[in-house]
Amino acid sequence: MTPLPLFQLHDVHFAYEAARPVLKGADFMLHAGEKVALCGANGAGKTTLFHLMVGLVLPSQGKLSAFGAECRREADFHAVRARTGLLFQDSDDQLFCPTVVEDVAFGPLNQGCSRPQARALATEALDLVGLSGFEDRVTHKLSGGQKRLVALATILAMKPQVLLLDEPTNGLDRDARTRLLRVLDGLPQTLMVISHDDDALSALTRRRVTLENGLLSG
Amino acid sequence: MSALVLSPSAALEPPCRAKPLLARLDPRSRVLAALAFALLVVCLRSLPAAIAALMPAILLALLAGLQPGPTLRRLAALEGFMILTLLSLPFTMGGPALFSWGDWHWGLEGTRRAVLILTKGSAIALSVLALLGTLELTELGHALARLRVPPRFVALFVLSARYVDVLRAEYARLRLAMRARGFCPRASLHCWRSLGHLLGMLVVSSLERAERVHAAMRLRGFNGHLHLLDEHRASGLDWGFAAALAVTGALLAVLDLA
Repeated sequence: MTPLPLFQLHDVHFAYEAARPVLKGADFMLHAGEKVALCGANGAGKTTLFHLMVGLVLPSQGKLSAFGAECRREADFHAVRARTGLLFQDSDDQLFCPTVVEDVAFGPLNQGCSRPQARALATEALDLVGLSGFEDRVTHKLSGGQKRLVALATILAMKPQVLLLDEPTNGLDRDARTRLLRVLDGLPQTLMVISHDDDALSALTRRRVTLENGLLSG
Repeated sequence: MSALVLSPSAALEPPCRAKPLLARLDPRSRVLAALAFALLVVCLRSLPAAIAALMPAILLALLAGLQPGPTLRRLAALEGFMILTLLSLPFTMGGPALFSWGDWHWGLEGTRRAVLILTKGSAIALSVLALLGTLELTELGHALARLRVPPRFVALFVLSARYVDVLRAEYARLRLAMRARGFCPRASLHCWRSLGHLLGMLVVSSLERAERVHAAMRLRGFNGHLHLLDEHRASGLDWGFAAALAVTGALLAVLDLA
């Protein structure tokens, strides 16, 4: 018997406007340990699929299960979000605290960690992305590459099992991109990546899923 | 992993200079001191006391290591704002005239009042520039939080401080794109309409960004509480500063009542 998938989407429909559906009966499974590339044209709904998986938007029809439990309401997704880290396209959307350490510790503190615990988790996460010593830096004064790494650290500090990365290498220079890819390559988490950067996809992922006309295939 | 480690000094910040005295104070002391000093100066009524209040303000500016040029420019901007009041007071307060020109009488009482307002305004502005103007916005946010300002206001302040730069960058990008297509501001309908579009676009994109930020916060379990990690402690320096300020305040009050 194969183990239960981490995410299971069955016949999922979704539309921002009724006239233009984004997903029209998408089926998809993500198993533990998989490294999946999510491909598709601009505007195909890749980001929307990620948002559906963590409950930022809810399907209009169909079934979505995560970590063995069916998710229908906002409240069902709280546990999912603690175990799933979503990296946004624009790190400025993700980093909103004044200093780096506050931003990275924000998730753990919300999860109920004490301040020293949260601080330790933050330091550990910053170490992991190679940004030790950045704790007291002001977030909006960082470079684009540093912001992306801090954003990754904010997610890693919550110890997720699954990482959903939305165009992680977008807008980074070559050095920052190399640095990020090296960090990502060393992570043990189940991974799902949206990217138009084919080299990055082949370095990070082993399975390819394509989103086209509201359906997932591959 | 060593190749991955970035040096914190690789940022775009100015090199750290020797810290002036005020920068070594707990930000809380600076907020409270600015508030106390401003309140005291506002209450002064006599001209000698107001002029004397300029002394501690100048001293604070020196202790904060303010640059004379930009500081004077900022003060001039403030005084420019007050100039209409200052110029009209001598003509409108009545009382004995210093000199007359036809029906226009430059009154003594009005002059005294104008100089009083000018000195008090300058003293407060200078002390606020020294005490608060040199604080990082984030430090100010932390200080407000620890002074028990309601968390909602602190969150609003901290988030505004965080995103004002992002908004400014967005504005600058759009403005640049307009200039690249030959836009130059004129008093024409086309110009006003374009600027209207620019503002509208900024509002729309800020709203969308706010939604994305909120989504990111929800994903990390945001429940209405912004956690601030800050370990400033009041030291002997702060108490010394408070004592010096209290003595200065008492002297000013005595001078005012004398």
